Amino acid sequence: MTLLWLILIPFIGGLLCWQADRFGDLLPRWIALATMLVELAITLGVWFHGDYHLGNAGMAGEALRWSMEWRAAWIPRFGIDVHLALDGLSLVLIALTGLLGVLAVLCSWHEIMRRVGFFHLNLLWILGGVVGVFLAIDLFLFFFFWEMMLVPMYFLIALWGHSGSEGRTRIRAATKFFIYTQASGLLMLVAILGLVFAHHAHSGEYTFAYADLMQTPLSESTAMWLMLGFFVAFAVKLPVVPLHGWLPDAHAQAPTAGSVDLAGILLKTAAYGMLRFALPLFPEASQAFAPVAMTLGLIGIFYGALLACGQQDIKRLIAYTSIAHMGFVLIGIYAGTQLALQGVVLMMVAHAFSASGLFILSGQLYERLGTRDMRQMGGLWGRLGSLPGFSLCFVAASLGMPGTANFLGEFLILFGSFPVAPWVVVVASIGLVLAAIYSLLLMQRVHFGPAQGEGRFADLDTREYVMMLSLLGLVLLFGLYPQPLLDTTGAAMSEVQRLFGAASLSTTLLTGTP
Amino acid sequence: MTLTATHLLALTPPILVCATAILVMLAIAWRRHHTGIAIVSVVGLNLALLSLIGVSWMAPLAAPMLAVDGLAIFAAALIMVAALACATLAHAYLAHYTGPREEFYLLLLCATAGGMVLAASTHLATLFLGLELLSIPLYGMLAYVYGERRSLEAGVKYLVLSAAATAFLLFGMALLYAETGRLDIAGLAARLGGDIGAWGLAGAALMLMGLCFKLSVVPFHMWTPDVYEGGPAPAATFLAAASKVAVFVVLLRLMTAAPAFQNSDLHDVLAALAVLSMLVGNLLALTQSNLKRLLGYSSIAHFGYLLTALVISDGLSIEAAGVYLVSYLLATLGAFGVVTLISSPHASSPYVAGAHGGTDAAGLHHYRGLFWRRPYLTAVLTISLLSMAGIPFTAGFIGKFYIIALGVEAERWWLVGAVIVGSAIGLFYYLRVMVTLFLTEAGMQRRDAPENWAIQAGGVVVLGAAALIVALGIYPVPIIEWTQSVRVLTGG
Repeated sequence: MTLLWLILIPFIGGLLCWQADRFGDLLPRWIALATMLVELAITLGVWFHGDYHLGNAGMAGEALRWSMEWRAAWIPRFGIDVHLALDGLSLVLIALTGLLGVLAVLCSWHEIMRRVGFFHLNLLWILGGVVGVFLAIDLFLFFFFWEMMLVPMYFLIALWGHSGSEGRTRIRAATKFFIYTQASGLLMLVAILGLVFAHHAHSGEYTFAYADLMQTPLSESTAMWLMLGFFVAFAVKLPVVPLHGWLPDAHAQAPTAGSVDLAGILLKTAAYGMLRFALPLFPEASQAFAPVAMTLGLIGIFYGALLACGQQDIKRLIAYTSIAHMGFVLIGIYAGTQLALQGVVLMMVAHAFSASGLFILSGQLYERLGTRDMRQMGGLWGRLGSLPGFSLCFVAASLGMPGTANFLGEFLILFGSFPVAPWVVVVASIGLVLAAIYSLLLMQRVHFGPAQGEGRFADLDTREYVMMLSLLGLVLLFGLYPQPLLDTTGAAMSEVQRLFGAASLSTTLLTGTP
Repeated sequence: MTLTATHLLALTPPILVCATAILVMLAIAWRRHHTGIAIVSVVGLNLALLSLIGVSWMAPLAAPMLAVDGLAIFAAALIMVAALACATLAHAYLAHYTGPREEFYLLLLCATAGGMVLAASTHLATLFLGLELLSIPLYGMLAYVYGERRSLEAGVKYLVLSAAATAFLLFGMALLYAETGRLDIAGLAARLGGDIGAWGLAGAALMLMGLCFKLSVVPFHMWTPDVYEGGPAPAATFLAAASKVAVFVVLLRLMTAAPAFQNSDLHDVLAALAVLSMLVGNLLALTQSNLKRLLGYSSIAHFGYLLTALVISDGLSIEAAGVYLVSYLLATLGAFGVVTLISSPHASSPYVAGAHGGTDAAGLHHYRGLFWRRPYLTAVLTISLLSMAGIPFTAGFIGKFYIIALGVEAERWWLVGAVIVGSAIGLFYYLRVMVTLFLTEAGMQRRDAPENWAIQAGGVVVLGAAALIVALGIYPVPIIEWTQSVRVLTGG
């Protein structure tokens, strides 16, 4: 039942916020904050009471082990259940969702002044949908949440976004985001149905259950097509380079809370989908596809980094760096070694912290300066109190400075991928240099250089200070002592590695090359 | 076959509807009373709906020329629900109309009876009779506000084009009769056997053309947007909901029963029409700035999706068509219901339909920022549009799921691809309307629903439709079980 409540709490909280709107602007904010704090507290409680340690990895042949599970029949006609389950990976990501949810509520405290109740309804429903995605292991339910969370996100961007310059309106950005993700989502639905009917043809029963569908025997070409259906949906959301068109616009036009959610959590649902569904369901096809995926990851790293260097809008710059970071994640996922997969989890968490930190900072800059155009900034160091200092810290995290969690994530991914794909790692390492360039460029153009004006701006208030300090603390904590996180996700990752690795073994046996 | 008491009992629902129509006619002759007539119609329709429950215990049963089977009962239920909604909405809409108001219900009841006969027909004569009984009152309903040029235009346009389509249909029937000498569908099926010959094929194709016109499938769709736009909102609602459901059901019956319609060439043609409808309907909807026109184009696309169920006529297809029809009906009732409520002239408004030249409030600018004035009404419209777009948590998602499942199971990848592309295009204009509802703009309060809309009958109807859309989107089991149990009786 705890799992069901994890999903329901944000939905109920959202409705309460909407209705509380009539009692003034402050009440919805507090309700939303309380909702997300409760969500976070429950998740942390589950974390401390559960056992997520590696256990006996040698016995990995048996059925999947979830640390919590809940199921109820939903649509018996097609064997669809409301089937929720939690393991280390989903736990970490749900905790992340709770934390970023709290931050998203906090950072819109002064930014969102109109229609506060409806705003928090949308915000909380996104988070509820995301939690649903992380918990659902019935493919129909997964798809249900996957599509559902787009609607409130659309409203968040379309109604509370900033209209950008040069005809880039927020509605256009929101529509682009929605159509990209929805159309690719339908491809995934086709792939899910293809898998279900393949299972039906084989066993004579309809089921959408993850564990059952994993046993479906598929011909090589069918598996490849179905895997591509899943991959495209996840690749759009991650985003992988040829399918990334929606991301910079959506980020640039979204309100700060929307950007935090997008970069921090929504992108992670894609990586989660690959780890949970694309790889385990189609290990052989994924293994065959891995070189292509890794190449796409490489392209993403360079494309994102190069375009980030040329941006004028600070949020677009951060958006492009996200593309570059997700390139590393993609490489790590398709390398498939235990080390690389653990690196992927760490990288996801670290990127969530650093990117949301930078987005919140650019939101605070916008509140003070009224612009996000870097041509109108410069020389802000010393005029903004402690904001530039925090910027420096998060920029350092973003470029992967040792001591931050980002460094460990990138290091583990590259280290773990080297035995599988040495050349990819060599090329990807060059991307780290580019990361340093765009990060320092951001710092230089915003905070150093000739000042545009004289006056001082307001310093960070307590709320902003606490937000930044806690994020920074987490970045450093996981950068210096990542073991608790790695322990939690270890079992889940070794399961992925086992399935994926077995496929690698069989393909090498088949082709006869060592 | 002779008519027995059992048969009469099984035909209670259409008989009750017809009796109500006669009663309404006599009552109008005796004394005009708008609300009274509306109540009589609604009570009659409710009685018929109740009797349907009793009839469903007796099904399946073959009356002469009509089949009282699962499909007919299913269709009758949908048509009567739509008619009930239209009657309730019409009451709000016509409340301040200065011309005669009561005849609208008479026409509505006649058309409802026609739709029920059509959906149950197993003989080409009843098919024709039902179709005309459905269409002819619709001409009157569409041109009801005849002082308004657009309404008159809609009625006449529908009359002329519909008559042409009927001619095709009759010619097709004649060809089939010349080939086989039979008019009942079972007889046709038996005589035609495997190879149907050139004349049989031509007959089937012409009939299909006539019926596709009523469904406004591309390339027979030209009338749809104009008629939707011009007709008074309740009449357009009935046309979009009940009339199309009835025609689709009879097409479904023909396709499953008669082998003449299972010819593979004909199926390929239908598949092409389906793909065309999805793409053309959605593409043309993109640039519309009138909500009723937009809904007209979107219904073209929806029937493109539905045709998929006809092209792939195997096990899952009736179920898929049923679920999709239910979701389409609810979304259409919700969306058109909101348009009707917004357009319903109220006493304080200078805009009174009819003689004063007021058209329906269907321009998108009327809906700008509606959410901040009428949050619940907007929620209804949003839910209906989301359902049409096939987003989870709405019945439309279950419908779209079924259509895609059908295509994937039959491995008709072209159709599946067209459904996906169509949905992606469709999203664009649904989103455009939705975001308009939420935008704020000063001084845009030209049209508005009356303050107390929610407690009036029309408000209850749209709220009910929205609640059902969400409920069936979250827990679709009842509707799946119902459509799964639908059986088609081919003999007769």
